Amino acid sequence: MRDTGPPVSGIRARFRGTLGAFALDAEFEAPAQGVTALFGPSGCGKTTVLRAIAGLRRFDDGFFELGGEIWQDGPAFRPVHRRPIGYVFQEPSLFPHLDVRRNLDYGRRRALKAGARETIRFDEVVDLLGLGRLLARAPANLSGGERQRVALGRALLTQPRLLLMDEPLSALDRFAKEEILPYLERLRDTIGPPTLYVSHDITEVERLADHIVLMAEGRVTAVGPLAEAQARPDLPLARMPEASVTLAAEVLAHDPGYDLTTLVVRGARLIAPGRFGPPGSHRRLRITGADVALAREPPGASSILNSVPARIVEGSPHGRGMVTVVLALGPDGAGARILARITRRSWDELGFGPGQPIFAQIKGVALISLPHPDEEG
Amino acid sequence: MGIDWQSVWLTLELATVTTAILLVIGTPLAWWLARSRARWKEVVAALVALPLVLPPTVLGFYLLIMLGPWGPGGWIAGFWGGRTLAFTFQALVIASVFASLPFVVQPIRNAFEAIGERPFEVTATLRATPFDAFWTVALPLARPGLLTATVLGFAHTVGEFGVVLMIGGAIPGQTKVMSIAIYDLVETMQWRVAHLMAALMLGFSFLVILAMMVLEKRMRRIGR
Repeated sequence: MRDTGPPVSGIRARFRGTLGAFALDAEFEAPAQGVTALFGPSGCGKTTVLRAIAGLRRFDDGFFELGGEIWQDGPAFRPVHRRPIGYVFQEPSLFPHLDVRRNLDYGRRRALKAGARETIRFDEVVDLLGLGRLLARAPANLSGGERQRVALGRALLTQPRLLLMDEPLSALDRFAKEEILPYLERLRDTIGPPTLYVSHDITEVERLADHIVLMAEGRVTAVGPLAEAQARPDLPLARMPEASVTLAAEVLAHDPGYDLTTLVVRGARLIAPGRFGPPGSHRRLRITGADVALAREPPGASSILNSVPARIVEGSPHGRGMVTVVLALGPDGAGARILARITRRSWDELGFGPGQPIFAQIKGVALISLPHPDEEG
Repeated sequence: MGIDWQSVWLTLELATVTTAILLVIGTPLAWWLARSRARWKEVVAALVALPLVLPPTVLGFYLLIMLGPWGPGGWIAGFWGGRTLAFTFQALVIASVFASLPFVVQPIRNAFEAIGERPFEVTATLRATPFDAFWTVALPLARPGLLTATVLGFAHTVGEFGVVLMIGGAIPGQTKVMSIAIYDLVETMQWRVAHLMAALMLGFSFLVILAMMVLEKRMRRIGR
């Protein structure tokens, strides 16, 4: 996650209408920077919203604005081929009669002819996505992962002001997914345009998204920075069994003797096993609520390396026996928020309540994004 | 007396001109039939398919009336002092276009329909206008269908008899095509030449079909 500066409210979307028995009534605003995930269960309408933004699906009652430019306002509707978007479909949908180079060039040539400024260059995309060896090949001779990389490159070369991705990994097997995710991270961290990313897979969202738009049954239920939404007990993310929070961290130092890395997050220092890259590099961490225990006193000798001061923000029941506790890191509670999942008996017996200073014992700190290969050493 | 080469060339000329016209008319028509959401498009499709089931003599009869002195054809012929369009090479072309239209439209329509919606959503997100997408994606992807249509249109025109008989008569060098020539030869008991010409057509038809199948297979391999 990048440190977000002043909020840039660039995207405003509203679509209302029915598709058969399904009613869509979605409205949200999001910054036109970084990656915003459209997240929700299958059939909640997230793909429909993405298609409506692209203009592939037309709602009479619709509105879309990007950075002050209106693409639809009711009947005023800009056709798809005149919107500065890049669209990555679930299946790569490459043109079978064109080789990779000409697939990549298809949108680029037309966008430049229509007057787009070439901010994303051909060679840059080929390098970034590792397409150099594939250029002369036919789509039929590519693996699933390679095809989707070409489709992504083709979309990027249209010089989009908004990149729309509709579950681009869902048609791929595990290996191909793992192959593509680092490319998507690198894209986000380098030349990536503002992106709307549809997914129903929280692990993809954790790795890629800065912002999240939560959807359910055709409606938007919440919008906000990913970590904030994850730590809100009123939202479904914190109610999931494996509820976690994604944190932005900076590598501070690495202890080669024990192979431990110290990282700084807002309000705390954390230690995690392994080498996460050179000092100063930015990483995403995941802390799962079930891995966090709470203590009223500074704990004594323990095998748990991370015991950090925090304050309780609130606790809300999870089932009959458990409580989901929202914590704010730091002795003053000014840091990032995380979740702890404890038993209701502990909550009652220890007399926990909002505002109380406690110590969070964090058993597991998981690294979400791996260092890029060229960053190692 | 040997093979009537004049009728052979006339047949080839007729089939070539007819096929060219059929592709120019049939491709956009097939595109419209494949993509339009108009409800009455199936009415048009049925009209196009009619020659498949209609006896050629019936089709020929109506064309004769259309092109004859009291039909629109006669009116048009009046511009250059003619009385009728029937019994001319032009009449043969017009009749063959109608008779062979379904053989051209159907394969192209099938090919367009097989492409599906997705490639055109992709082209639109890649800044291509629908017209642009037609030329750069629809036509190349429909190539096997276009090839089938070309071959079927050509071959069917070569083999057409009934319509041609009704509308063309048997004027040598004008309307006497191979199928008519063979008929005449049999009528006048010239069995040897009839054999030769029939064998010529048999060989030609076989080669055409074979070539089409081989080419189509190769194209599908490349297209994938």
